Amino acid sequence: MFTACLTSALLQVPDIVHGPTSIFSPDGTPAHSVFGLSMLVLSICVAIFLTVAGLLIYVIVRFRHRRSDPNALEEPTQIYGSNQIELSWTVIPILIVVMLFLATARVIYSTQHAPKPANALDVTVIGHQFWWEYRYPKLGVVTANELHIPVSDPRHPTPTYLTLASADTDHSFWIPRLAGKTDLIPNRVNTMWIDPATTGLYLGQCAQFCGAQHAKMLLRVYADTPEQFAAWVIHQKQTAAQTSSAVEGQAVFQHNACISCHTVAGTIATGRFGPDLTHVATRDTIASGAVVNSAANLRAFVEDPAHFKPGVLMPPMHLNDHDLDAVTAYLMTLR
Amino acid sequence: MATQAPVNEALDPALQVAPGNSVLQILHAWITTVDHKKIGLMYIGSALLFLVVAGFEAILMRIQLAIPNNHFISPQSFNRLFTMHGTTMVFFVGMPILFGFGNYLIPLMIGARDMAFPRLNAFSFWCTFFGSLLLYFSYLGGNGLAGAGSAPDVGWWAYAPLTARPFSPGHSTDYWTLAVLLSGVSSIGSAVNIVATTISMRCPGMKLSRMPLLVWLYLVMSMLAFVTVSPLTAAQIMLMLDRYLGSHFFDTQAGGSAVLWMHFFWIFGHPEVYVLVLPAFAFANEIIPVFSRKAIFGYPAMVAASVGIGFVSLSVWAHHMFTVGMTAGANTFFVFATMTISVPTGIKIFNWLATLWGGKIQFKTAMMFAVGFLFQFLVAGLTGVMLAAAPFDWQLGGSYFVVAHFHYVLVGAILFMLFSAFYYWYPKITGRLLSEKLGKWHFWLFVIGFHLTFDFMHIPGILGMPRRIYTYEADRGWMFWNMVVSSGAFVQTIGTLVFVFNLIWSYFKGAVAGPDPWDAWTLEWSTTSPPPPYNFAVIPMVESRRPLWDIKHPEDFDQHYE
Repeated sequence: MFTACLTSALLQVPDIVHGPTSIFSPDGTPAHSVFGLSMLVLSICVAIFLTVAGLLIYVIVRFRHRRSDPNALEEPTQIYGSNQIELSWTVIPILIVVMLFLATARVIYSTQHAPKPANALDVTVIGHQFWWEYRYPKLGVVTANELHIPVSDPRHPTPTYLTLASADTDHSFWIPRLAGKTDLIPNRVNTMWIDPATTGLYLGQCAQFCGAQHAKMLLRVYADTPEQFAAWVIHQKQTAAQTSSAVEGQAVFQHNACISCHTVAGTIATGRFGPDLTHVATRDTIASGAVVNSAANLRAFVEDPAHFKPGVLMPPMHLNDHDLDAVTAYLMTLR
Repeated sequence: MATQAPVNEALDPALQVAPGNSVLQILHAWITTVDHKKIGLMYIGSALLFLVVAGFEAILMRIQLAIPNNHFISPQSFNRLFTMHGTTMVFFVGMPILFGFGNYLIPLMIGARDMAFPRLNAFSFWCTFFGSLLLYFSYLGGNGLAGAGSAPDVGWWAYAPLTARPFSPGHSTDYWTLAVLLSGVSSIGSAVNIVATTISMRCPGMKLSRMPLLVWLYLVMSMLAFVTVSPLTAAQIMLMLDRYLGSHFFDTQAGGSAVLWMHFFWIFGHPEVYVLVLPAFAFANEIIPVFSRKAIFGYPAMVAASVGIGFVSLSVWAHHMFTVGMTAGANTFFVFATMTISVPTGIKIFNWLATLWGGKIQFKTAMMFAVGFLFQFLVAGLTGVMLAAAPFDWQLGGSYFVVAHFHYVLVGAILFMLFSAFYYWYPKITGRLLSEKLGKWHFWLFVIGFHLTFDFMHIPGILGMPRRIYTYEADRGWMFWNMVVSSGAFVQTIGTLVFVFNLIWSYFKGAVAGPDPWDAWTLEWSTTSPPPPYNFAVIPMVESRRPLWDIKHPEDFDQHYE
């Protein structure tokens, strides 16, 4: 109990273990149940450490060879073992292990076998090198890199169930404040769930090495109020805005290879290799969270994606300045 | 005296045809040697060389990670660095240096003149040495140095399908596969040799229950290595078949399984880390008693715990796969198996503590490193227990917490005990003592650097920093901790340089050691320092676990207490 309090007290020190992606700032059920277990395990380990390390320090001080010792030149009494002592330090660890194991098994089952409420939101997450595809099958929404979900009121839970798949190599979905990570493995379907209780932006990133730009495959989860989420869904289902000022840019987009990789709903662009761009201008970031979304950054990214993310799979488009300006203006109209 | 004359007559002509001293002749003697001592030293020498190389790779990574969005190293180079660092350290530093010490010490400690299969011994060494050269040739081969070569960049676990041709074009993955295959063949050869030697070449009177614990631990380690390398070899062959002959074992685009690679790799990978740590226990079992001036506490329990660790370690592998989406039942089984291993491991720590208790501890450098090992292995084991709790691992796995944990074991436990073993057995190998003054500098520099780096490395993991990233965002709050971690790396480098200097300086200027500088009790201390090529002119006969203790303390035979 003392070590639990001590550990918790130490963890309250601000800015040491609290950060936007700290596992010790849980929000939502899965993260909280992991946090509870982790405090138990941590307390027990700290207690064991203090005991054994304390004994070790005592021993190396107390039994140091001292030349002033009257028996300095004699060997100490040779002790070869003790059945009682050895039995006790076998049995006690076994008991600790059993207790830890049972506590752990409980959290495993409660997380993995949690009954799914009827009003849970389903999102299919498809991992790509090096971006995230999000599909809401029952809502007809397809988007990329910025995941919007409704907050979940603990009294009337509306969790989000994520079905995890991969289009290429292994990835892992990790938003530390919301849940432990689960891998996205090609040719295999995994599931996990999150239920943030507080609105806001939750950060994370890919947690399984997937190639050159693994480090910049960032995650942004927006927990919206139910009203905000409903409005977002309605907006996302609309096809791309048609703006007369961006006609030239749209022509550049549609006459270059852009349409082979990207989708802009309601146009001839139906590519699926890269992120859906139908509402790209509404996103806070581009390049999977790595770059702030602005006209200047968008232009620079289209000109040479490797400038921001060396090793990214989008090639430089080799557009001249005029076409770059036009296509950037077009992309900025895709609200 | 009738038996002496033929021996002397046989020795004189042998001395007359003693090998010459030209450089070419010395080189020839080393290259063609089948003497376990020379082979052991070649293993150790090549491992030290690659320790420096892989350490340099680590320094480069730590410079890159010291600040967010750094541009010191490109992402592609960084990915090659962590792959080469891990692959080199495990296969071309860890395995060779541990087999090197084993090869040197085991015949001497069991009263034998060499290993059971001397030519297999040499073959194993050269396999691993050429494997390491092949791995490093990858920097030059293919695109050549200007394009940073084609060194493997898929991580030392080489997860599928990242290693498939579409995601890893060129030959970088193949360099990894073939170099590690060679290392595997070498390990199997060494393992067979150690098991055969230990079982069948002990001197008269040395029953298994009188065998030094170092030899017991190497026996368990070798049996484990023997079993565990085969799954990796099989997986690598399947990978080559996928890459070149159109099979689809791990080719997920064609229905193959990425998880299958993970199972094969970790069935190897987890016991592999026990293969690496058991020799550290072996050294501790010899060094701690001598500098406490007491017999090891609980010899039978130590044997049982070591064998237990060997067996249980074969059943825990999927704790590296807790995030892969296994069923709750499977996750629970691996939690149980992993937590179970902490029981025999804890027993060993307690027995070492009890050995120290009531002793007269002498803080020579070898013992200081051993005490560091005890504290650090305790911490490493406890962070391992945290990772064993699967839901906790769902957060901590794949993060810098895990990197901190395993470096705590590999550096804090294994490397510390290796340093200890160097200080302890260098006099036997070379005939001179390592400088204690330089040793203390080495110890303090290294322990401070170690803790600066690896204590604080746990925190970015808790703050959500995944591993294997070449850079990170500034707004995560990770920078301060990364700077501290990186600074420790430089302190450890200075400590290591002091050590290397000590090794070289002491060879020429160290105090002459004599056969038994530590007043120790096992058979290797009964030979000259260095031992003659044949180890023992007359094969010894032993009557207890500590034959030299019996000679030095005839009034208090160890045999009475068996």
